Amino acid sequence: MSKYAPKLSELKKEFDEKPSVLKGDYSAQEWWDRPVEFRDGNWCFPGKQEVLADLGFANPRKWAATDEDWQLPADWQKTISEGLQSRLKKYRSLKLFLDACVRCGACADKCHFFLGTGDPKNMPVLRAELLRSVYRNDFPLVEKILKGFSGSRKLTKAVIKEWHMYFHQCTECRRCSVFCPFGIDTAEITMLVRELLNLIGVNNNWILAPVSNCNRTGNHLGIEPHTFVQNIMSLAEDIEDHTGVNVDPTFNRKGAEVLFITPSGDVFGDPGVYTMMGYLLLFKHIGLDYTISTYASEGGNFGMFTSNDMMKKLNAKMYHEAKRLGVKWLLGGECGHMWRVVHQYMNTMNGPADFLEVPVSPITGTRFSNASATKMVHIAEFTADLIHHKKLKLDPKRNDHLRTTFHDSCNVARGMGMFEEPRSILRSVCNSFHEMAEDTIREKTFCCGSGSGLNAEEYMDIRMRGGFPRANAVKQVKDRHKVNSLVTICAIDRASLPPLMNYWNPGVSVYGLHELVGNALVMQGEKKRTTDLRENTMAGFEDGGDDDE
Amino acid sequence: MKKVLMPLVMVALLALIPFVGVQYAGLSYLFGVIIPYTAMVVLLAGFLMRLADWFRRPVPFRIPTTCGQEKSLDWIKYDRLESPAHFWEAAARVLSEVLFFRSLFRNTKAELHKDANLAYGSHKWLWLGGLAFHWSLLVIVLRHSRFFFVMVPGFTDFLDHADGFLDITLPTFYITDAVVLAAISFLVFRRLKDAKMRLISLQTDYFPLFLIAAIVVVGVLMRYVVRLDIMPVKDQMLRLVNFSVDAPGEIGTLFYVHLFLVSVLAIYFPFSKLMHAGAIFLSPTRNLTNNSRQKRHINPWNAEIKFRTYSEYEDDYREKMKKAKLPIEKQ
Repeated sequence: MSKYAPKLSELKKEFDEKPSVLKGDYSAQEWWDRPVEFRDGNWCFPGKQEVLADLGFANPRKWAATDEDWQLPADWQKTISEGLQSRLKKYRSLKLFLDACVRCGACADKCHFFLGTGDPKNMPVLRAELLRSVYRNDFPLVEKILKGFSGSRKLTKAVIKEWHMYFHQCTECRRCSVFCPFGIDTAEITMLVRELLNLIGVNNNWILAPVSNCNRTGNHLGIEPHTFVQNIMSLAEDIEDHTGVNVDPTFNRKGAEVLFITPSGDVFGDPGVYTMMGYLLLFKHIGLDYTISTYASEGGNFGMFTSNDMMKKLNAKMYHEAKRLGVKWLLGGECGHMWRVVHQYMNTMNGPADFLEVPVSPITGTRFSNASATKMVHIAEFTADLIHHKKLKLDPKRNDHLRTTFHDSCNVARGMGMFEEPRSILRSVCNSFHEMAEDTIREKTFCCGSGSGLNAEEYMDIRMRGGFPRANAVKQVKDRHKVNSLVTICAIDRASLPPLMNYWNPGVSVYGLHELVGNALVMQGEKKRTTDLRENTMAGFEDGGDDDE
Repeated sequence: MKKVLMPLVMVALLALIPFVGVQYAGLSYLFGVIIPYTAMVVLLAGFLMRLADWFRRPVPFRIPTTCGQEKSLDWIKYDRLESPAHFWEAAARVLSEVLFFRSLFRNTKAELHKDANLAYGSHKWLWLGGLAFHWSLLVIVLRHSRFFFVMVPGFTDFLDHADGFLDITLPTFYITDAVVLAAISFLVFRRLKDAKMRLISLQTDYFPLFLIAAIVVVGVLMRYVVRLDIMPVKDQMLRLVNFSVDAPGEIGTLFYVHLFLVSVLAIYFPFSKLMHAGAIFLSPTRNLTNNSRQKRHINPWNAEIKFRTYSEYEDDYREKMKKAKLPIEKQ
């Protein structure tokens, strides 16, 4: 286990013994008097100087959150105040969310970071209050007169440290906004505070390095075109070894009908690569005329965790490349925040996409009118439609060695509203599927604890705590239904849930939905398959046993 | 405890001001005419200004929080209320929040049990308390319309009868008086009892609760205990709604306390969290349709951004791309 996380037994002991607000302990210490302490495991390494220079970002320097002096620029207060003012003018959401809260407390115990840390400043209401207290001090006149009355305070360096800590203990998952009677969305506040912090060089390398890479090479991992191709081709070879089918993907091919874009984690990371193999098998199975771009080779968008301008800049490549290649429409892979960007931001930021056509499935003829303006279809919508029209030859028994549950990814759930498509696919490709507890799925789903660019190794302590509510819900179905497979449609989940499961629920593996599709697909001309895409033995197919019942 | 006591003391002092002012200084004109008019002007102008202030700020992105299935494939039923695809569905969503506190109805309570186990239970008390509080207040305010019309309107009579159906005591006891006081007690009590609530509560959270409680208590005293003569009260209220500036007649001091506290509430309203009453209609996570892939949402200030184009990319990687046999634009 990571040196940045406590031993599970120690953490459990802390949960049992340490008094916390979550367990009803009120220590009479007001939240603004509680100190902010950076220690191993609760801060991410700051942006490297060369990364900041590459992006043209403010205040490149060598520093650490544990430093006393963060070497903020001389006019940092002015930068923040003016930055806040200008954002208040540009976003009704920000202004309204700062004004409307009545501190009713409905959100208090809804945040996974609060449930995992017991730290009161992780209650969404207080997270927003960290900004609100400063906003009230600087802005509305009457509240200023009644200072002690309204809980306002000055913008100091200590406040900046507090913001850095707690706006990086928010994964922008929006669970709190489901429960808020006014729909106050902490994600919106976190996004804008992170923008402000970036203006004075208070940042996170795990976010900014991918941003810089993505800008330069087209993807977060900084993979150059030839390596990108090589990697997918090696996956294609694995598929051929394994199934005897040649999936022959194409790259940067003009005139293809569809441009397929997925997070680069699917090309490189384990277990994302198996999901990629699933896509490749599916496209081969239906004979889709598609291509993959090395330039727009990233579905994810860490710009979203940096600033809205950066989100737009990185996202612009999708339409730019679609136009250059002359495709008809876009198909997007499994990813969480990518889909928040595509669904809620892309067309507004970088549209109109009038050079594309309304997506129509070439196999079923279904017209995706819900994507008629953005012209990008989610792979789960696409596949669910294929299965509904019985266009896929599937053998769900091939997933009988997996007892699955499904994790709704925050952004797809609360920023898009896609719940049924992945479930309908999952039910068609595997025989054992058990839902987690009602309060932990669908719109009430819990984040993996590492979303929004917090998947850094050095952040393991906070990640294991933040992921605790999700892990705990998995544990219940593991105990009750012997679930051993956590299926998800998010690349960050595929990277972050395996360590989370190892920590809390050893024995549970993490799968992408289309990996299971790939397992179940009966390909034309395939050889006898006894193992799944991970080369794990499939139940009932061992020793070349018959599969002709 | 300071944050609870301070607002309590403030409300007590506020109640004393008109008492002393009218009883001992004879300032009935100030408290009966000038202050109520001022308060109404501040409330109306302030409320409208705050609304306009929100309204003039753009909504750059379509960010509904989707709490139900999106409209996608024909054979998948979508959630019209929680993932609205049409304007009227979004309007229904907002109204369900305004009238029934739909999101609060979802509320759960998380508990951390032994050996790191979380449990969630349904927790509708806040929903119930909040609903009781707001609806009683509305009925009470509407009931007061009997003071503003020479002929009592029919709906006021109806409310009066409905609210007083228990028909105990003389004058008839209004259920809402009891409900609102019970609800306020609950709302204060939960802020004190629960550690989380105690921590997040500010003086501005207690003050309006105490203020409204004081208004209700004084009202109840006037009606059931002191049995104030209401005819001069009605005369004065009729004068006010007719924009008359004549001096009020002989009215008991308690009435001035009641009216002054209402005036304070009206003045406080536009500058405080009470503006949630207006904000709830404008919240972009609730009042927007979830159809941003179907219909382009326009951002009026859509920032001009220079992104890295394909040709810049190819310029950097041309040789490597050639080696990988990738098609290129320029040789």
